[in-house]
Amino acid sequence: MTSRTSFWTTLTDPLIRQNPVTLQILGICSALAVTTTLATAVTMSVSLTIVLTLAAGIISVIRRHIPDTIRLIVQIVIVASLVIVIDQILQAYFADISRALSVYVGLITTNCLVLGRTEAYARYHAPWPSMIDAFGNGLGYSFVLIVIGTIRELFGQGQLFGVQVLPLADEGGWFTPLGLMLLAPSAFFLLGGLVWVVRSVWSEQAEPPEHSPPLRPEPVE
Amino acid sequence: MAGTDWNPWRRLLALPNTSRTKTIVVAFLVSAICAVLVSGATVLLRPIQTANRAAEEQAQIADLVQGIPGMSALLEQAGGTLSTVVIDLESGRAATDISTETLETALADQANWTALETGSDLAGIGYRPNYAQIFLLRDGDTVLLALLPVAGQGYGGRIDAIVAVHGDMNTIAGIAITQHSETPGLGARIKDRSWQDSFPGTLIRDASGQVRFNVARATSSTDYEVDGITGATRTGNGITNMMRFWLGPDGYGPLIDAIQRGEF
Repeated sequence: MTSRTSFWTTLTDPLIRQNPVTLQILGICSALAVTTTLATAVTMSVSLTIVLTLAAGIISVIRRHIPDTIRLIVQIVIVASLVIVIDQILQAYFADISRALSVYVGLITTNCLVLGRTEAYARYHAPWPSMIDAFGNGLGYSFVLIVIGTIRELFGQGQLFGVQVLPLADEGGWFTPLGLMLLAPSAFFLLGGLVWVVRSVWSEQAEPPEHSPPLRPEPVE
Repeated sequence: MAGTDWNPWRRLLALPNTSRTKTIVVAFLVSAICAVLVSGATVLLRPIQTANRAAEEQAQIADLVQGIPGMSALLEQAGGTLSTVVIDLESGRAATDISTETLETALADQANWTALETGSDLAGIGYRPNYAQIFLLRDGDTVLLALLPVAGQGYGGRIDAIVAVHGDMNTIAGIAITQHSETPGLGARIKDRSWQDSFPGTLIRDASGQVRFNVARATSSTDYEVDGITGATRTGNGITNMMRFWLGPDGYGPLIDAIQRGEF
């Protein structure tokens, strides 16, 4: 089990094939909230990946000694403490970005992705594989955030990382920003589109329909 | 391992996970370690965060001045800096024994604060400092612009702001919110430029000297009103009360009178 290939699959599976956001639809609340600009999306991705990896490592180290009755509380306490530490560091060294992220860093605690990985994987595996799995999932989450963040910032403001890429029409260029891209619904549309693309290419990800449509319309009485 | 192991740590780890002792000890250990981690990070990083906030406030003051039409030219004329004055709020004059450097130590002393009675405590702050640091932009002897720090109770907590008032001491030139904890998307919109843009030109007092400033329920209809924010009535009320307190007789009233008489 410790062969190189299994580490590699643990790391790369969550990127697309088992992507936590597009396949499992976990952690989308923050994915929608922080993707208006690329800088906040990247910061959020890095913070979440660090928290997720550290939490998986710590929980995996003490996994044999977490009493079952309080396991969720123990996991949440560990995750929450890591999040507070990260938030403090951001406030100290990245004050601008911390202000842009506002409450969403704190909400990493309640991100279903973090608890999902610690509960489903880190609790049953050794620290090293757990951390690799967590890191892979963090990368998968980051991938989705960065894709959506890029599209939203590029088409919403014509910028990337705050640098004007497309010349704006009111400053003599040709590009008229799409205001919709800066609003929350656009993130839903983009995420939906991304899920659709991923599931069309990797068709095994598509879920079977829950209801089969009727063969012909009901006769009208 | 045969026989009894006397190492308490190993005995604890050897206990089954269903044991009540182990549950309590594990819970205690996890919370204790996490508490140390969190408090350690907070205490170690606090000085840097405070410095950041101070820098942000300076930037906001600069921004506020830049945003007032015609002010940046005047500021350059005056040497590029605002003069900082510590004033005695009671008398409305510059404090004689306290300077900018000693203000912080002076305000750590409870004797330099005045308890406010329920009736006069419009802003809901409980205590008012006797001294405040203000910023002035002068041209010779006349005051062109005064930046007055104010504080009050909003919906989610304390609101700190800086109000810029023109030399006539009755026309607002702008506002900057330096700190607040209002609801994101509703009350937190007091941070937005679009809302703050309705402040310049608003009058503070009417002819009889009564403070009339008001945050309207919707769109402002008089010279004394600024637009309200939908869904943030209590934040708006907080701002109204804050401004009425600080620009009234218990706040900067004596200072405003002194400047209007040309005695400052």
